[in-house]
Amino acid sequence: MFTSFFYLLRSKGLDVSLNEWLTLMEALDKDLAHNSLTGFYYLSRSILVKSESDFDKFDGAFLEYFKDIQTYEELPKELIDWLNNPKEKKNNYDKAQDEKNLSLSLQEIQKMLLERLKEQDSEHNGGSYWVGTGGMSVFGNNGNASNGIRVGGVSRRHSAMQVAGERQFRDFRNDTVLDLRQFQMAFRRLRQFSSRIDAPKTELDVDATIDETCNNAGNLKVVYGRPRKNTVKVLLLMDSGGSMDYYSSLCSALFQAVQKSSHFKDLKVFYFHNCIYSMLYKDPYCMYGNWVETEWVLKNISSDYKVIIVGDASMEPSELFGSSYYNYGARNETPGIEYLKRFKEKYKHLVWLNPIVDLGWRTGYWRQTYDAIKAEFDMYPLTVQSLDKAIKKLMVSK
Amino acid sequence: MNQKETFKGSNDYVVSNELMNAVNIAMALEKPLLIKGEPGTGKTMLAQAISKALDKKLIIWNIKSTTKAQDGLYVYDVVQRLYDSQFGTDGVDDIKKYVKMGKLGEAFSSDEQVILLIDEIDKADLEFPNDLLWELDKMEFYIPETKETVKAKKRPIVIITSNAEKELPDAFLRRCIFHYIQFPDKPLMEEIIKVHFDNLDQKLLDSVMEVFYWIRDLSSINKKPSTSEVIDWIQALEIGGIPAEKIKEEIPFAGVLLKKNEDLDTLERSRRRFRA
Repeated sequence: MFTSFFYLLRSKGLDVSLNEWLTLMEALDKDLAHNSLTGFYYLSRSILVKSESDFDKFDGAFLEYFKDIQTYEELPKELIDWLNNPKEKKNNYDKAQDEKNLSLSLQEIQKMLLERLKEQDSEHNGGSYWVGTGGMSVFGNNGNASNGIRVGGVSRRHSAMQVAGERQFRDFRNDTVLDLRQFQMAFRRLRQFSSRIDAPKTELDVDATIDETCNNAGNLKVVYGRPRKNTVKVLLLMDSGGSMDYYSSLCSALFQAVQKSSHFKDLKVFYFHNCIYSMLYKDPYCMYGNWVETEWVLKNISSDYKVIIVGDASMEPSELFGSSYYNYGARNETPGIEYLKRFKEKYKHLVWLNPIVDLGWRTGYWRQTYDAIKAEFDMYPLTVQSLDKAIKKLMVSK
Repeated sequence: MNQKETFKGSNDYVVSNELMNAVNIAMALEKPLLIKGEPGTGKTMLAQAISKALDKKLIIWNIKSTTKAQDGLYVYDVVQRLYDSQFGTDGVDDIKKYVKMGKLGEAFSSDEQVILLIDEIDKADLEFPNDLLWELDKMEFYIPETKETVKAKKRPIVIITSNAEKELPDAFLRRCIFHYIQFPDKPLMEEIIKVHFDNLDQKLLDSVMEVFYWIRDLSSINKKPSTSEVIDWIQALEIGGIPAEKIKEEIPFAGVLLKKNEDLDTLERSRRRFRA
C-alpha cells in the first residue's frame, strides 16, 4: 500500500527506512489512522519523520502525492458567522456516509458546495447533506466527516491537506545558515578517541582495579591505564577582508566555535587574503611582516592534520591564475592556484567551506574563480546540512 | 471493536489533538515516544499526565551529562560486597543482594504496567541512546553477575524527551514514534491557563495574551518566555491586583517573563516604539 509514496519520500531526501515503513503498515492494520487522510498524515509523520527539520520536506511530499490543495470561492458572511458557532455536536459518525464522501474528489466537493449554497436557505446542524455544523456532510464546520471543505471556524480536526499546505515547519528546514551553537555541535563530531597515544599510564582504571583487587582476595591491586584523548588536529585557514566582509558575522561564529572546541589535540589558525600565496598571516588583518611562510606550514604541519579552508573563492581571475600578484607585500612567481593544489596534495583530509549559499549576483569573473576552485576542492556551503557533510568528509579517509 | 486504553488528556494538562494521537499511536505500536519541543511546552508534564489519566505508576529517569546506559539497568555494588566480606557479614555469597536495579530495571521488573519517562536524553553522551537500543527493543537485559535475564513482565510505556541539544543517532530514532510539540497558539494557551486558574477575569486574560504573544514575536528577544512563565506572571498580576488596562501600558513584573537583562532592555526599547 502506498509504496510509491515511500519512494517519493525517499526521493525527497527523507531517510525513511524499510523498518519504519513496516511499522506504518502495522499501524494501518491496527486502524490507527482512523480511516482518514488527516489521521494518515499524523500517523505517517510521527512514524516516518524523526526531526522537525524534516517536517517541511514531508509536507511537500505529502502535498505532491495527495494532490495540491484547492482554494474555493468566497462565502457569504452570515454563513460563516453561523458556522463559527456550532449549535450542537453530535456523535453521529456514519461510516457509510464517510466512505461515500471519501470517494468524492475535491473538485466534485467544490462543485457540490457551490450548488448546495444556491439551494440552501436555512441553518442545518448535524445532518449529512447540507452545509452545517457537527454533521457528516462534506462541508461545514466541526463535523465528523473525514474529508471535505471546512467552512469557517477554527479547525479542531485539522484537515491533512490544510495542515500540510500551511507548511508551518519551513523555518526548521536545515538548509538554513548557521549560528554559533550549530557550529559547536558540528565541530563536536570532529573527534577520534584513542588510548593508543604516546602517554604514560597515568589514569587510575577504577573498574579494573576493583576486579583485580577482588581476584586478589581483597588485597588492593591498583591498575593504571592510558587516558583516552581526542587525537584530532585541525588546521584552519580563513579568507579575510575584501569580499569576505559580507560574511564576517558568520565567519566569526565559525571561528569562535572552532576556538571554543577545546577537545582538539591541536588547533592552528592562519589567514590569507583572497587566495593562498607565499605567505600566511597570523591574524585577520593580514599586515606586512606578521606572517609565516606557506612553505614552512606545508613542511612542518604534518599530513594528519584536518584542514578546513574558509573562503568565498571569489576574486579577480588573475589573483588566482596569474603569477606575481601583489599581495600585501608578499610577492612570488607562483600563482595562487598552485599553492592551493599543494595543500590539496599534502592533506588527505581537507574541505573548503564557502559562506556563499546562493550564488545570485556572482556572475562574470567572480564566478570563474568560484568554479575553478570548486573543481579542485570538496566545497560545501555553510548550511547545517552541508556542514555536517563536510565534517563527515573530514573524518573518513577517502 | 475492543476498546483499548487510550489517552485523552487529563484535568490539569491540556493536550493538542496531534499529541494525543501520537501518544495513542505509540501505545498501540508498543514503541517509545520521542517528544521534542521548545522548553516550557510541557514535555515532562506529559508523562505525568499520562500516568494520572491511565492510573499507572510513573518512573522517571533523569538523564545528566554523566549518566551511562548501564546506570539505568542495574548497579553491581562490588565495593559494598568487598567491604562486607572483610567483616564476615552474612549473605556475602549471595550476589543478588548487591545487584541494585536502575530505573529501567525497576520498570521492567514491576508487576504492573508502568510509564517510564527518560527525561532529557540529549543531555547524556552522544553514544548513550545507542547503548539502550536492545533494551528498549526487546525490553530485557542480562545480568552476567547473577546469570539472570530481567525481562519486562508488562511492557512499559516509554516516553523520551529531548531538547535537541544533541542530534540523536539514526538507529535509535528509527525505533521511536516522534512528535514535535509546537508552542501553543492563542486558543490552546487560553485553555491551558484556564486549567491553572479558576475564575480568571476574561479582560485580564485578553490583555495578558496580547502582551505575551507580542513579546514572543519580538525578534530580538533571546530567551522567549514560555508557558510556565506566563502562568507565573498571571499569578504575580493577580497578587499585585493590577487592573487589566494597566497591563498593556506598563507591562508590570516583566522580570517574571524575561530572565535576561538584555531582553528586558529590548522590551523597554520596543515598548517605546510600540507606543509612539
